[in-house]
Amino acid sequence: MFDDFFIRALIAGLGIALVTGPLGCFVVWRRLSYFGDTLAHSALLGVTMAYTLDLSIAISVFLISSVIALILIQLQKKTNLPGDALLGLLAHSSLAVGLVVIGFLAFIRFDIMGLLFGDILAVTTDDLIIIWTGGALILLVLKLIWKPLFASTVNYELAEAEGLNPDRAKAIFTILMAAVIAISIKMVGLLLITGMLIIPAAMARNISDSPQKMVIFSIIGGLLSVVLGLYSSLEFNTSSGPSIIAASLVLFIISLFKIKQSIKLKN
Amino acid sequence: MSSENSTLVKLNNAGFKQNDKWLVEGVSLTVEKGKIVTLIGPNGSGKSTTAKIALGIYKNIEGSVEKYTNKVGYVPQKISIDWTLPLRVYDFMLLTENIKDEAIDEALTLTGVIHLKNKNLGNLSGGEFQRVLIARAISKKPELLVLDEPVQGVDYTGEIALYELIKRISDTLNCGILLISHDLHTVMTATDHVVCLNGHVCCSGSPMDVAKNNEYKTLFGEQASQILSVYEHKHDHVHSDKGEIKKN
Repeated sequence: MFDDFFIRALIAGLGIALVTGPLGCFVVWRRLSYFGDTLAHSALLGVTMAYTLDLSIAISVFLISSVIALILIQLQKKTNLPGDALLGLLAHSSLAVGLVVIGFLAFIRFDIMGLLFGDILAVTTDDLIIIWTGGALILLVLKLIWKPLFASTVNYELAEAEGLNPDRAKAIFTILMAAVIAISIKMVGLLLITGMLIIPAAMARNISDSPQKMVIFSIIGGLLSVVLGLYSSLEFNTSSGPSIIAASLVLFIISLFKIKQSIKLKN
Repeated sequence: MSSENSTLVKLNNAGFKQNDKWLVEGVSLTVEKGKIVTLIGPNGSGKSTTAKIALGIYKNIEGSVEKYTNKVGYVPQKISIDWTLPLRVYDFMLLTENIKDEAIDEALTLTGVIHLKNKNLGNLSGGEFQRVLIARAISKKPELLVLDEPVQGVDYTGEIALYELIKRISDTLNCGILLISHDLHTVMTATDHVVCLNGHVCCSGSPMDVAKNNEYKTLFGEQASQILSVYEHKHDHVHSDKGEIKKN
């Protein structure tokens, strides 16, 4: 039952969940879910670049996502368009350009479904190294910028006034978002990465009364989703990425009962 | 009178423009250790803007700001906190600096909200939240306190107690305070230096100087002269030395 690929997938998934847990909390707190989506869509362009230039997928996705994030910040400064319109513009145009480029690469066998929804079979030992070292780096940097990032999430002006340099923390956080998408794209797929970021964090919000607890529950939720999702994908022969996200949805639904209880207690 | 190194923040002819409209311009003021500088002026006169210039929140300003300390406590006038965050009073106290538990308890006790320590920030009333904001700012033992309408929404007796607390903190911590208040009574009794704003500096000086100033009287009308009498009474009593030195 424990085929080699399955163990690899499990280790990869657990590594990703450790990183998406805390980052996902910030995505929920800072209302960045569409930002995550946009970066994930742009990852398709990164993947095609990887094939064209023979680069590692993680590196080229990271580069393209970072560039898209920078373009977004510039557009926000220079146009009068609202943020969600700019996000939509970048998300769909980079997705479209990515698909068009794939059309030109017809000579390469391309598993588009695996790219969109993730693929257990695609996880190699090299991927594990990328996920775990990349993930450890992301968590380390996040720990370093935690204070200014969290303070500016609560209130930007307080953080700025009291000397925490929130702009720098925000810029670094943006890069971390690009990095987490880069390391998890093969596993979860570009359409579902944002789900991995948001759903465990949203579940954790339902059962937490402090930021630390929410981060911990979000990590636990992510780990559980990976285990449950992968086992059921093996059992029912479903694809891995969607199964993980579906498992996290089940956990979210269970967490709703906890809210109902605490509301009852208050009344 | 003051040596250079007691200066905490200094604005030189500072101003800020947003969408081609000056919010405030030509402000010069200095906050020194152990001194309370108060900004007064009508709504929209640029009081909060001046505070934000002093704090370095606004970047593209005219003139210059020299800030000599990084230990700053700030109580903003408006604070929009996203209540989707699970945040207890305790977490909020640790927002910008890791403070020891005793210091947190002490500050919360001073502002009278220690019983709310483990409550969710989103469930507090306006006045309670204001007391938590003040507690957070003072618990860091800052060198510079910037208080923008710090007692808004606080009940009347609490208001007086909090102003006394602010005065006491300025004495015990020897920190400089930049205070924004429209309670002229407090301003005139507890302040070392008053800056009267109306898009620019109308007049400034010791409370006595400002109270006598004609522009100040035009801005605040009847109320101003009443406060003046209150002020003079207390002034003779407590602050006469300081006041005279300030006049230069």
